[in-house]
Amino acid sequence: MIYAVDLPYWAQSLLRVLGGTVAVLLPAGTIVYLFLFKMMSFMQSRLGPMEAGPYGSMQLFAEVGKWLQKEDIQPEKADKRIFKMAPLIVLVSTFLLVAVVPFGPDAYFTNFDAGVFYMLAVSSISTLGILIAGWSSANKYSLLGGLRAAGQLIAYELPMVLAVLGVVIQAETMNMQGIVVRQNAGEMFGWDGLGNPYILTQFVGFVIFMISVQAELTQVPFDMPIAESELVSGYMTEYSGFRFLIFFIAEFATAGVFALVASILFLGGWGVPFSWFGWTGIDDIDNWMNVAGPLVMFTKMLVLTFLMMWIRFSYPRFREDQLQRFAWKVLIPVALLNIMATAVLKVAF
Amino acid sequence: MTDLADRQKLSYIAAQAADARLNVELETEGMTLNIGPQHPATHGTLRIIVRLDGEQVVWAEPSAGYMHRGYEKLTEVRTFPQVTTLINRIDWLGSFANEVPFILAAEKLMQVEAPPRAQWIRTILFELSRIANVGLFLGDLGVQLGAITPVFLAFRDREYVLNLIESATGGRFHPNFDRIGGLKDDLPAGWITETKQVMKKLRTFCDEMDDLLFGNEIFQSRLRGIGVIPGDVAKQYGLSGANLRASGVDWDLRRDQKLAMAWDQVDWKVWTHPDGDCYARCWVRLQETREATKIVDQLLDGIPSGPVMAKVPRIIKVPEGEAWVSTENPLGEMGYYVVSKGDLGPFRVKIRSASFNNISIVPWVLRGVYVPDVISILASLYFILGDIDR
Amino acid sequence: MVVALSDAPVAETETPALPGDALREGIVQRLRDVLGDDLLDSLVKPGDDMWVRVRLGAWRAAGMALRDVIGCEYFCFLSAIDWMPSPYGRGEDDPTEPPPERDDTIRQGYAGGETRMQIFARVTNVKEHFGVTIKADLADDEPVADSWISVYAGANWHEREAHEMFGIGFAGHNDLRNMYLPMEFEGHPLRKDFPLLARMVKPWPGIVDVEPLPGDDAADEAADTTDAGSAT
Repeated sequence: MIYAVDLPYWAQSLLRVLGGTVAVLLPAGTIVYLFLFKMMSFMQSRLGPMEAGPYGSMQLFAEVGKWLQKEDIQPEKADKRIFKMAPLIVLVSTFLLVAVVPFGPDAYFTNFDAGVFYMLAVSSISTLGILIAGWSSANKYSLLGGLRAAGQLIAYELPMVLAVLGVVIQAETMNMQGIVVRQNAGEMFGWDGLGNPYILTQFVGFVIFMISVQAELTQVPFDMPIAESELVSGYMTEYSGFRFLIFFIAEFATAGVFALVASILFLGGWGVPFSWFGWTGIDDIDNWMNVAGPLVMFTKMLVLTFLMMWIRFSYPRFREDQLQRFAWKVLIPVALLNIMATAVLKVAF
Repeated sequence: MTDLADRQKLSYIAAQAADARLNVELETEGMTLNIGPQHPATHGTLRIIVRLDGEQVVWAEPSAGYMHRGYEKLTEVRTFPQVTTLINRIDWLGSFANEVPFILAAEKLMQVEAPPRAQWIRTILFELSRIANVGLFLGDLGVQLGAITPVFLAFRDREYVLNLIESATGGRFHPNFDRIGGLKDDLPAGWITETKQVMKKLRTFCDEMDDLLFGNEIFQSRLRGIGVIPGDVAKQYGLSGANLRASGVDWDLRRDQKLAMAWDQVDWKVWTHPDGDCYARCWVRLQETREATKIVDQLLDGIPSGPVMAKVPRIIKVPEGEAWVSTENPLGEMGYYVVSKGDLGPFRVKIRSASFNNISIVPWVLRGVYVPDVISILASLYFILGDIDR
Repeated sequence: MVVALSDAPVAETETPALPGDALREGIVQRLRDVLGDDLLDSLVKPGDDMWVRVRLGAWRAAGMALRDVIGCEYFCFLSAIDWMPSPYGRGEDDPTEPPPERDDTIRQGYAGGETRMQIFARVTNVKEHFGVTIKADLADDEPVADSWISVYAGANWHEREAHEMFGIGFAGHNDLRNMYLPMEFEGHPLRKDFPLLARMVKPWPGIVDVEPLPGDDAADEAADTTDAGSAT
């Protein structure tokens, strides 16, 4: 605990809930404003929103307000219960995902020993949400989008898992906290100035992970399920108002959370190399790291999201079969080779 | 009133029956999908009914006519100078180019030729409207394929050309500048230097598009080998413009026809491509845009001085006769078959628009392709609804 | 006419025996060889363009001759002309007055003609850079022509449009749906006896908006009113 004060269980849970909400919504909001509104606009030689608040900073709140006050339209032939459930399922998977992300040596929601396993399992729940959104909309376009999404998301789960396996082999643990500590306390070729960020040794794994994340989020170049110029909005076509807001938040929140996960697995998470402060283990860490840790995580998340969004705004999109071919014929074999190489080198060194 | 309501009801029922007939005739796996008429990918209100088997198209049929304005009937009640206001709006992106074939046909019947300065300025404006039109095409191509950034660059650079056209003619989109016997006005002062600078910017734009789009591997894998149209099929359907030249047919009306314009006075190249697939069509258009900037540069250097209007009577009565003139418009071959009876206005005008023929090949070319490829093929064929429907 | 061969180039404006002329006359001759009597009339504008008219029964044969013998593989367009002068004039009638007397003799255009409606098409030879406009008369009571689908695949849509706009039937075209208008539409809009509904609903504004151009004498005033719209 941060303050060495014994809070009753209900207070702890309340803190955790609040913390989780902030951890999901703050990255989402920042990503939407910074990258979607401003960075994309600057890349397209325009300014973006400038009216709402100084430099358009209040635009997100304006948009949220707009969506909240819209009429709740549901297609007549839609399966009402499932139609309403679909966006919530997608959002829930994000919250479940953030539960296992540590923000500091003591600042975590949960500390599973099988954190990585849990993370990979829970991230697939959004696939269900997207699929039933497509089916229940009673709209041929949404159906096409949902079917494309199902195929794509399932196909890109595998490279993600395999890429993460390399990290797990190298860290010898599936505990997320443990992976962070191993990276920051470790050393490369005897020099511990930078710790041992797995992005260097697992560079191939990092690239595969980022590509898979781009596909899991159905972002360009893998946004066939949405395919704005063909299917209007794919599986999201029939959603408006508050339900669309949930999809929208879920999309960017998941981007932020995946970036957090990637920064834990590959960039050393909340930590800075322990050698800078002379720590040797997790118990040595000063308490102020619990405050600085989230800030460090936030920065690393911004860097990774910048990469994701940059590619999103620059590339055209793959066709569905090209997308699948890329996953099955390129990414998975390379990921398998990566695991083999990691295992061999791990044993050798 | 009730008669109209009854007829509307009857037509609604008939449409539903037609749909039901279609559904009954379908095999069990087929799904009929309407692309359009409101759709981000079609340039306007084009409706394409496709029958799918999974993600493959089994049968496709474009249903045009949502924008039919009855131009051929309207021209019969207009005088010759008034017709240009109408036909400006056929291909609204390459606007000046629509007026030119009609004016040339009327001039042929009157046996009047515009003075050389007018011919050169006409050609310059023609090529500028080509650049404006195809510049938008390049940006739009990105959007159809998912790259959302090039279109903003295209619009930004297209603004320069539209500003030029506006400063010369007074209208960005519908100049209505051509007159029988010449042009309405001369060029404003400083226009020539301004245009030269804009041409430099547009060449940079073409290089940017080359980099952003054509060099991208995803772009190439989306377009290469898709929608192949062999040369003889293209000729049978009357495909024109870049679509025809991308199938290997070396036919460019600017070079191969004698017209009272200035293309034969400058040095330029006709671009063809042997493949006939989507990539070829898009590539040919990019090269043609670059070539158009070079043509404009050469024309600007050599504009002859003189009047811009020949001696024509104030009230124009075109003598009896028929004339056919077609030019290499941005979209393809656009021509007017003008029948005159010596009256103030035409007796019959047949408007041959490029997109009409370009889209008639859609049922043939869309068999067996995937749904995303439908968008790629439509994007590469490039049509404007006003051109199809007139 | 004997043209002396010399090294000096022949000036373009000199004689009517231009190279283009011989080309087009030769085409007419070749068509006559193939079609015989079915080639009813022709008109060649030297160096410019050419028109031929064939008997309706030979419409498809003429198309095949153009495609195979003359080499015009590029299909430009196909449409029809209604030669009857419009009973509504130029749509400028004052609805409060009885319609004026109008000349309703049917005069056809180039390459002649005998009937009110003619079907015409244009095809191009992209290798030798010339085009041919071909016409045929349609029967007044039942305008039906052979479909050109088997000759040029692109004629499909053009025939649909001609059917819709003029009421021409095409034998051999199995899908003669309307191109632009709903299937229940009655009438054929581009026929001259089909009025321009916009002018029926609202009379032409020029009737009441007569504005003579400045500095005109009275003799020009009547004609100037029609020019007022174009001068703005």
